[in-house]
Amino acid sequence: MIPHPFGYHRATSLEDASRLLSELGEDSKVLAGGQSLIPLMKLRLARPGSLVDLNHIPHAAYIERQNGHLRIGAMTRHSEIENSPHAASIPILHDCAAGIADVQVRNMGTIGGSVAEADPHGDWAPVLLALDAEVESVGPAGARTVPISQFIKDAFTTVLGPAELLREIRVPTPPARSAGAFIAFKRCAPVYPTASAAVQVTMVDDDFCRDAHIALGCVGLTPIVAKEAEAALREQAITSLSIERAADAAMAAADPQPDLRGSANYKRLLLRVLVRRALHAALARARGETVEVSHEYVGR
Amino acid sequence: MSAANARVRVRIRVNGALREMEIEPRRLLVEFLREDLDLTGTHIGCDTTFCGACTVLLNGKNVKSCTVFAVQADGGDVTTVEGLEKDGKLDAVQQAFADCHGLQCGYCTPGFLMSTHALLARHPQPSDAQIRKGVAGNTCRCTGYQNIFKAIRTAAGIAEK
Repeated sequence: MIPHPFGYHRATSLEDASRLLSELGEDSKVLAGGQSLIPLMKLRLARPGSLVDLNHIPHAAYIERQNGHLRIGAMTRHSEIENSPHAASIPILHDCAAGIADVQVRNMGTIGGSVAEADPHGDWAPVLLALDAEVESVGPAGARTVPISQFIKDAFTTVLGPAELLREIRVPTPPARSAGAFIAFKRCAPVYPTASAAVQVTMVDDDFCRDAHIALGCVGLTPIVAKEAEAALREQAITSLSIERAADAAMAAADPQPDLRGSANYKRLLLRVLVRRALHAALARARGETVEVSHEYVGR
Repeated sequence: MSAANARVRVRIRVNGALREMEIEPRRLLVEFLREDLDLTGTHIGCDTTFCGACTVLLNGKNVKSCTVFAVQADGGDVTTVEGLEKDGKLDAVQQAFADCHGLQCGYCTPGFLMSTHALLARHPQPSDAQIRKGVAGNTCRCTGYQNIFKAIRTAAGIAEK
């Protein structure tokens, strides 16, 4: 399948990309890894008049620790995060990066592209919500930093202006006794998940929870922060009963659409299981245990 | 500023040889390989980023060449299935696939070979879980995968259980 013709513009920096987008107008799109955009263009569901290519911008992909944050350049490929020892220190990041689609897609797709696309089935947004991450963008008015909770406005819609681009994702380093887990369920490796759950718990000791963040993916037009599920754990002794209450509250917060992946009710029930499993994994990690979780699919 | 669809000059090293050409920006890497360079060993299967038949190595990483514009690979290094054999002799991974019957119709095989190379470069002695994950982006509709896994274990020098 062959995309519609387009004008090609290679950006030398993100500022240069922003200037190009301003000049080219709304008919232009940004090419990062292309793992969502190129399939859409081949199906001619997208036919931008011009593309601004970010792939040749130097120093746009990096993972660094600085001032209590992990700084991830927007052009960092999922596989670079999967294989990064820095990212491994925050296990929920590895859970997510290591399970997105398949190896080939992870080698091209970027975290910035995923976050800026704001596909309701994207993997990164719920994880970044659970971590209280923030994103820095660059545009005609200069740079600005926005909490991820305010960044995504609707399905495929963010606060970014037409000539504004993501530069960096910043994840605060979780405190001691804080741990998270991300579990997504998908029918097979290359596809988007049916539902996903990201949790990050901060414990006082092995039993008492100081704080909990729970974000749900694929079950609404935007990722959903399950506030009542968080409240079921925050400042509480963690028991199997409180975990069940949190999973039930998360299920109640979900607002899934029926589609080829399953009915709304199926997705709610699936989500409850994922939240429960993610909580058990996060609590075990907070106790210092090594637990491996990631996307779940047939043949894994 | 380039006008709509103005051609772009790319320089891509393919199987060790520098190839320089003016192409339409919408040229997909797989078409660049098959149509412009006549390297038809890389197959187009689903053409929708699913099946992995079009897998090649770009700067040592396996990618689906139906979902990469050739302009993205400009300045890079591509290895296709044609780059594996040396002096008419199959490489170790190809030989293992042949010996273990890791293929039937063979359509998906170029993609599996390239993903296996990427896997073994990262994990020379992969666990079964690492093998499954390493080729999760490649689909085979003939073999049922058992002989493919056997071929990958054989190529890695892992004794059969």
